[in-house]
Amino acid sequence: MIETVVQVDLPADEALRIRKLRLQPEDGGNGRRISVVTGIHGDELEGQYVCYKLSDYIQKNTDCLRGTVDIYPALNPFGIDSITRGIPAFDLDMNRIFPGSAEGDMNEYLAAQIVRDVAGSDLVFDIHASNIFLTEVPQIRINELHADRLLPYAKEANVDFIWIHGASTVLESTFAHSLNTADTPTLVVEMGVGMRITQSYGDQLFAGIVHLMKRLGVWDGEDFDVRTPVVSADNDDVCFLNASASGIFLKDVNHGAALRTGDLIGRIVNPLTGAVIDEIKSPADGWLFTIREYPVVSEGSLLGRILYGKESSV
Amino acid sequence: MEKKVLFEIKALYRDDFRVTGYSFGQGEKAACIVGSMRGNENQQLYCCSQLVRKLRELEAAGRIREGKEILVVPCVNPYSMNIKKRFWSIDNTDINRMFPGYDAGETTQRIAGGLFETVKDYRYGLQFASFYMPGRFVPHIRVMKTGFEDVELAKQFGFPYVLLHTPRPFDTATLNYNWQIWETKAFSIYTTTTEEIDRVSARQAVESVLNFLRKAGAIDYDGFEGYVSKVVSTEEMVTVRNRSAGFFEGKAEAGEHVRRDQVLACIADCYEGEVIGEIRSPIDGTLLFAHAEPRVYQNTAVYKIIPEREEW
Repeated sequence: MIETVVQVDLPADEALRIRKLRLQPEDGGNGRRISVVTGIHGDELEGQYVCYKLSDYIQKNTDCLRGTVDIYPALNPFGIDSITRGIPAFDLDMNRIFPGSAEGDMNEYLAAQIVRDVAGSDLVFDIHASNIFLTEVPQIRINELHADRLLPYAKEANVDFIWIHGASTVLESTFAHSLNTADTPTLVVEMGVGMRITQSYGDQLFAGIVHLMKRLGVWDGEDFDVRTPVVSADNDDVCFLNASASGIFLKDVNHGAALRTGDLIGRIVNPLTGAVIDEIKSPADGWLFTIREYPVVSEGSLLGRILYGKESSV
Repeated sequence: MEKKVLFEIKALYRDDFRVTGYSFGQGEKAACIVGSMRGNENQQLYCCSQLVRKLRELEAAGRIREGKEILVVPCVNPYSMNIKKRFWSIDNTDINRMFPGYDAGETTQRIAGGLFETVKDYRYGLQFASFYMPGRFVPHIRVMKTGFEDVELAKQFGFPYVLLHTPRPFDTATLNYNWQIWETKAFSIYTTTTEEIDRVSARQAVESVLNFLRKAGAIDYDGFEGYVSKVVSTEEMVTVRNRSAGFFEGKAEAGEHVRRDQVLACIADCYEGEVIGEIRSPIDGTLLFAHAEPRVYQNTAVYKIIPEREEW
C-alpha cells in the first residue's frame, strides 16, 4: 500500500508528497520492520534500482513475508526530479537538517515527519551513491559512536567494505545519525556513482537486504549468501588522494583495483597546453575503493581513496 | 592601505582564484572584517566595499591608531559571485561549512583553511553574514553561544538587537564558531538584505563597525553612536508560519512593532486570485524577519517575532 508520509502544499497547483510503499502480510505480520530509504540527495540514483527490485521481488513472493518492509524511494522528490543534489529553491543539503522540527520551517518540518515515520524500525538502510564526482565500491559507513550496534548488521549486508569513521559534530545533522541516536539502527550505504545506476551493485545490496530481512524474521523465503567485507576501524588505514593542481583528470585504473606502491592511478592534464600537470601514483600497496569519475578537478579535488594493505573483499 | 592576495588557487581555464584582503595600519592584529562568502551575498560585498573606502579615507587622515592593523576581506568566493552561483562553482559546497579548513583537503576546505590561517589571530572577527531564507531582517548582531561569547562587547556596535544563537551541529564548521574557539571575539553582522543592495542599511552597518572599531581603540572616528542594543536569544523568538501556499502579500515589514492578532500578511490562490489565508501575529512584539518573495510554500517561516518584554 502506498502511503503519504508527509505533504506540503505548493503555490502553483501542486503538493509535495513524500511517499512510501508499505509491504506486509494481510494479518499485519509479526511487528518486525525493515525500512529502505533513499533519495535524500537528488543526484544519487543507485537506490532507485534497489527499491524497485526489492518491491518487485517481495510483491511476487508475498507469502514469504512475515513482517513489514517500508520502502521510501524519494525523500527529496524535488531534487530527484530536477537533477539537484540538495533541496531546490533552498539550495539546502537535506542531509544536514535532521532530525528536523515539527515547529520549524517547511524543510525542517518534512525532516521531522520523515524521522517520526521511520523511527522504530528494527533496521534501516539509508542508500546513497557518493556523488557525481566519485565512484565507490559498495560499502557501509558507520560512525564510531554506533559501531557496536551496527557492525553485526553491516557484516551481513553483502557489501565489500565497512568503514568505521570518527565522530564529527557536523554529521550529527544527518538522517542516519538522528535515527541511530533515537535507537533505530540505521546503516548508511554508499555505492556506485551519482546520476547513474550500477545494476550489479544494486543486485548485490538487494541480496544483503533480503538476507538481513530473513535474519530479523521479516522474511521467510529464499536467502542469499553474503560476502565477507573488509572492515576498517582505523582512520589511518585510509589514504585520501587530492588533486595537486587544477586540470582534467584521466583515470588509468578503475575503482576496486589492487594497487602496488608507485602504480599509476591517473593523470591531471591541461588540454590547452597539451601538458601533463601531474601523475598520480599510489603511495603504498592497497585497495582503491574510491576513484574520481568527474574529470574536471580543482586543486584539492578528491581523486581517490586507498585502503592501505588490503586488496578487496572477494 | 595594502592590497594583498591572502589565498590563491591556479585554475585550468578561468583566471586564478584569489581571496584578496585590504590591510590598514600596522601592528597588533586588531580586527578582521569578512564580507561575502557566497555568490549571492551582494549586500555583504557592498558593505565591505564601503568599509574599505571609509578606512582608506581614515588612514589617509592618520586616524588608524598607531600599532593597530585592520584587515578587510570583501569576498571569499569571487568564483561563485562572478557566475551568480551561491556555493562553490564545481561541487556546490559551502565555504562557510568548511572551517577551520584543511590545507591538504578538498578545494573549499583549502580555501577555508587558507583564509582561517590569515584571520585566526585577530583580536576581533566580524563577518557580514546572510540567512538562507528569502526575506528582510532588522539589522542585528548575532553571537553564537560557545562559552567564549562576549555579549557586552556585541552591544558596542549599537545595533538595535543582539541575538544569542545556540549553535546547531552544522554551525560548528562556520567561520564565526571557529573564530571563537580560537579565542577571537567573533560577531556576525546581519543587515536587511542579501541579494538586493540596501544602501541605507549598509551605511548603518558600516557606521556601526566604525563605531565598534573606535570603541575597540583601533581608529579615531567621530560618528554614529547607535542604539542601546536589546539582547534576545533565538529560543525566545516566535516563528509564524502560513497554513496555505500561494501568493504572499506582506502587510508588515521587518522592524515593525506589531500587536497580537494584527494581520501580518495575506495569502492568495495563485490561479484564482481569492484570498485563502490570513497570517496574524500570535503576540505583541517586533518583527525581526519578514518573508520577501512573491510566493510561499505551505508551512514556511514567514515572520520571526521578538516578543515584547515588560522591561522594554
